[in-house]
Amino acid sequence: MKRPHFLLWFSIAAMLFLTSCMDKEEKVYDNPADIPVFREMNAELTSPPFVPRPAGKRKAKKLIVKMEILEKEGELTDGVRYMYWTFGGTVPGSFIRTREGDEVEFHLQNHPNNKLPHNIDLHAVTGPGGGAESSFVAPGHEKVFSFKTINPGLYVYHCATAPVGMHIANGMYGLILVEPEGGLPEVDREYYIMQGDFYTKGANGERGLQPFDMQKAVDEKADYVVFNGKVGALTGDNAITAKVGETIRLFVGNGGPGLVSSFHVIGEIFDRVHVEGGNLINENVQTTLIPAGGAAMIEFRVDVPGTFILVDHSIFRAFNKGALGMLKVEGEKDKKIYSGEIRDDIYLPEGPGIQSMPTTDEIVASEVPAKSFEEQMEFGKQAYMQTCFACHQAEGQGVPNAFPPLAKSDYLNADVDRAIGIVLHGKTGEITVNGNKYNSVMTRQMLSSDEIANVLTYVYNSWENSKKVVTKAMVEKVKNSK
Amino acid sequence: MKNQVFMLVFTLLVFQPLLFAQSKGMVSIKGSRYIPLYGRDSTVVEVNNFEIDIYPVTNADYVNFVKKYPRWQKSKVIKLFADASYLSNWKSDLELKDSEKPDSPVTYISWFAAKDYCECQGKRLPTVDEWEYVAMSDETTKDARNKASYNQQILAWYEAPRSNENKIGQHQKNVWGVHDLHGLVWEWTLDFNSVLITGESRKDVDKDSNLFCGSAALNATDLMNYAAFMRYAIRGSLKAKYSMKNLGFRCVKDINDKINENL
Repeated sequence: MKRPHFLLWFSIAAMLFLTSCMDKEEKVYDNPADIPVFREMNAELTSPPFVPRPAGKRKAKKLIVKMEILEKEGELTDGVRYMYWTFGGTVPGSFIRTREGDEVEFHLQNHPNNKLPHNIDLHAVTGPGGGAESSFVAPGHEKVFSFKTINPGLYVYHCATAPVGMHIANGMYGLILVEPEGGLPEVDREYYIMQGDFYTKGANGERGLQPFDMQKAVDEKADYVVFNGKVGALTGDNAITAKVGETIRLFVGNGGPGLVSSFHVIGEIFDRVHVEGGNLINENVQTTLIPAGGAAMIEFRVDVPGTFILVDHSIFRAFNKGALGMLKVEGEKDKKIYSGEIRDDIYLPEGPGIQSMPTTDEIVASEVPAKSFEEQMEFGKQAYMQTCFACHQAEGQGVPNAFPPLAKSDYLNADVDRAIGIVLHGKTGEITVNGNKYNSVMTRQMLSSDEIANVLTYVYNSWENSKKVVTKAMVEKVKNSK
Repeated sequence: MKNQVFMLVFTLLVFQPLLFAQSKGMVSIKGSRYIPLYGRDSTVVEVNNFEIDIYPVTNADYVNFVKKYPRWQKSKVIKLFADASYLSNWKSDLELKDSEKPDSPVTYISWFAAKDYCECQGKRLPTVDEWEYVAMSDETTKDARNKASYNQQILAWYEAPRSNENKIGQHQKNVWGVHDLHGLVWEWTLDFNSVLITGESRKDVDKDSNLFCGSAALNATDLMNYAAFMRYAIRGSLKAKYSMKNLGFRCVKDINDKINENL
């Protein structure tokens, strides 16, 4: 009880002190539109997941923003290409950071190689079309318009050229922050994350350059739901990072076009959320709703080390469509807050049995069978990263005491048919691998014979294993001998 | 009166072979009524008979043109009629850059230049309604707009970079015998901005509302024709002096003129 009192008095004192200072130097404007601007400056623009330096403490300025539109091909996930339309070459587009009272001179540049006209609707703009009517720009041209930032908050911007949905679906969205006078509270780290849904002609994972599918978009049946424009933009080496004890602010937006995000960080509670990016602050939030074309500012302190998973808690989107990111926190453990695993006991109320995913459909064979050993390795690696990686890990090292290693694995190399059988039917019960005992469950995997042949070939030819080549025929043989 | 009508019909029948003797490099289009994505009133428009170039105008065609009409050479063109990008893939007044092919469609052309080119050939630019009328066909059907394959093929072009550097005639001709309306470059039309600027002041004030956000959807007749949306959008973004990498043109000719000639 003592502490809050102290804090309260301290902040009142600080406020008095600050206001008295400001009274001397600066006038306080009731209407932000009256805030005068001092000098010009070029806006610092950043690619996701990074954000520019804070702007709230500087004076309001004439801020020049130069945003280039690029239509360019990129990778949506392993082996899947997509023609993105971008603001600044990235999805989401470059982060724009302004403060209340800034006069933004916006230059929208449409690269001459682009095929289409574009424009920009910034939700931070007060005016018709949010700037769209003044910024409609043909390829090879530049449009300039200006606006005053009069409402602090975190806002989405997007292209609003017909067909609007398609321009957004192809990646034309980003965030613009208007900081209040004096800025946001200081934090240790800030990151920029934006969710978007993608609609491709082929099903999720189908290789090659995938065109946009307008029927799926109209039906809002997304093939991919991702953070920052592609599957894996925030995982593995691309994960965002922090240290124990630091406070983090996430600027999270949702470009849509179709889906609303239930943004959640597994293993963290949001200390403060600027609901919908505005002034309303909610505390101790587990999952915050981010509407399509909306945003939220999320702040939390990380207290324990580990990997925290960012998801859209419409959870199939996270595990099957790509809406998954990682926050890696380094530092000392705090057993008071989180003990870690204390004991591992067997609990089998219904008797031991193989778990399997319910299935209604026959597994469809991969549409493009591998033609060579190299292709088997390539496709096998893709399947591995999608299916096996979570437990057996990137280098096949497994997880001690939980998931057996595939690297230099005596158990694996001893019997190829047994290995095929395990992928086909799953495995439960105790096994010994490289001298260590494991007792856990692997579900049967939903892979076609081709895919099993590829993934096992990849595993056998990686990490000092026995270099066996597994063929579809070998898989079929094991399958039929069941 | 009846007699006159009879005479006219008779003459038409007699001269029919002549009427269908097409101009070189052009095919005849039989006019009709149809509903475009956007019309002035989003209703039926009527297209008369006309002839249209089988291919877009090529770089080689345009070289010949500027030789004959020096006012359209790169260094001599009046800035009011063509912006700084005009013929920017040419190395001099009469020569293309080495990387450019003579039989690629000519691009980096302003509307003024395209219009004058056609007029110098005794032709004119097609109207939006005429262009869309011919372009709504595929290989087998005059109006293929509701076929999924039709839309997909056109949309695929938006994902193919640098297609303006391809040669003409590599796409299947449509049912009229016209090549490359889709898949190569955008094309100028005579009244490219007519959907936006109606000429009526109250509507003109509101012209911005036609092609972005909700009002685009309100006025359109077919929300699934995304490819057409894009064509109307690109036209709306243009000004007559603009010259762009992905924008070329072709010409048309009224058939009525021909009737008069023949008569």
